[in-house]
Amino acid sequence: MSTNENGEQKPRVPVLEGWFTHTDDKPHLLGTQCKGCGTYYFPKQTSYCKNPACDSEHFEVVELSRTGKVWSFTNACYQPPEPFVSPDPFVPYTIAAVELEKEKMIVLGQVISGVDVSDLKAGMEMELVLDTLFEDASSQKITWKWQPVANAQNSKGAKP
Amino acid sequence: MSRDVVILGVGMHPWGKWGRNFVEYGVKAARDALKDAGVAWRDVGFVSGAATMRCGYPGYVAGATFAQALGWQGAEVNTSYAACASGSQALAAARAKIQSGACDVALVVGADTTPKGFLAPQKGERPDDPDWVRFRLGITNPTYFALYARRRMEMFGDTQDDFALVKVKNAKHGFVNPNARYKKCFTAEDVAASAMVADPLRLMDICATSDGGAAVVIASETYARKLGVRNAVKIAAISTVTPTYASAVIEMPDLATDSGAVVEAHSFRAALPIKAYEEAGLGPKDISVAEVYDLSTALELDWMEDLQLCERGQAAQLVRDGVTTVGGRLPINPSGGLACFGEAVPAQALAQVCELTWQLRGQSGERQVANAKVGITANQGLFGHGSSVILKR
Ligand SMILES: [Zn+2]
Repeated sequence: MSTNENGEQKPRVPVLEGWFTHTDDKPHLLGTQCKGCGTYYFPKQTSYCKNPACDSEHFEVVELSRTGKVWSFTNACYQPPEPFVSPDPFVPYTIAAVELEKEKMIVLGQVISGVDVSDLKAGMEMELVLDTLFEDASSQKITWKWQPVANAQNSKGAKP
Repeated sequence: MSRDVVILGVGMHPWGKWGRNFVEYGVKAARDALKDAGVAWRDVGFVSGAATMRCGYPGYVAGATFAQALGWQGAEVNTSYAACASGSQALAAARAKIQSGACDVALVVGADTTPKGFLAPQKGERPDDPDWVRFRLGITNPTYFALYARRRMEMFGDTQDDFALVKVKNAKHGFVNPNARYKKCFTAEDVAASAMVADPLRLMDICATSDGGAAVVIASETYARKLGVRNAVKIAAISTVTPTYASAVIEMPDLATDSGAVVEAHSFRAALPIKAYEEAGLGPKDISVAEVYDLSTALELDWMEDLQLCERGQAAQLVRDGVTTVGGRLPINPSGGLACFGEAVPAQALAQVCELTWQLRGQSGERQVANAKVGITANQGLFGHGSSVILKR
């Protein structure tokens, strides 16, 4: 149910504030880049650089690459404990670890529903999308998820 | 004067889900280790405890808790917490005390009582805590083990049948270990019939949590000689190095690795034994037996390669060929490993040392590795904690 008790559309609210952009259909994860050595951080590092060869304390918030390649993948067959919020009954979901080329960083995320473990391969191109993580009484909580680039092209192609 | 530190005695309380106070397990293991060593409790100069975080204040001050339970006798105490490496750090503290000449003989103890059910993060909204965030997003502990397992399948062509072989092999070892919790010769069919948890890992690919206790009595070689003990098992190395930035492998509870954009990325698991080999002056070719942290079946294969016991990608073939089974050329986890024990965090690294000691002494009965001369352990826990210990005879 994406409507509230008055039948109005529930607002879409990021489940974590400041972790990703959500103003258009091309979302990016928000990380930081060290102004000293140029290394990237996700989640954001803003106090001091963790590179032992760098003593910088200055960072810039940057949008991370929104595409990458599958490093590995799995799924969740059992409902995780709180603070995970599960639909009733629990619906298994797929998870991917995706390698961002420019940042040389592997980022975890759920994969959009409808994509199964058997649909994925290491090296497959993925892109970042926004999707509902769970709903409460007043809002839909959205998060980043990974989607095979091929899926996105197929769905575009299917549209008139 | 020799600064060699030797193992005089080892002892364990069997692993299980006993539901009793952890102190009871630790004291049982300690008394067995002292008896095995032929050392009187009042002669111990240093008590080094591995802390448990789940058993209240006595667990935080485990060294003192065990010293009190054994009967205060004026020894110095220390407590170490380093997740799965807690036992190794407690052992390292005791070894350093002996090497410095500050004491002759030390007792190292770790024990745990684990709660029923799943471990879950604390309640409340805590978006600054990576452990809270990953559970919010649906990333659990098996997620990480499964990602490593799947990576092996994608890179090296390992199969779920290979992972099942690891379980079958460890079950066979644990079947003849009186301290193991699970003593059943599971078959590949049993593994395949267990529920999928995180594809490709099934319930029987993943280790449980257990109650248990392990203890080690160590001494200077000079002290051992005074006791008339010759050819005692030596501690050749203890590595408890932290990772080197940047992380190459996604580690629990992180949602991302460090960035390798400006510095080289390193594997923590692979780094742990390098320091141990260096310190021991030994190499992978010298190893006759290994006890590694098989949180999952597939992880045992990663460890074999991280310990450089074979080339990257070759571990599954060694399992298929029976090389890692007792009776094979290079037995891995002759104790049965975590697959048969379940994890009792502060005791686990010491349990590995107990097993290797029995193996190097030739006291392992039906699971004895023939002519074992050098053994290595490996484990890894949260927040850059891990250890690798080398024992030699
Ligand atoms: Zn920097």
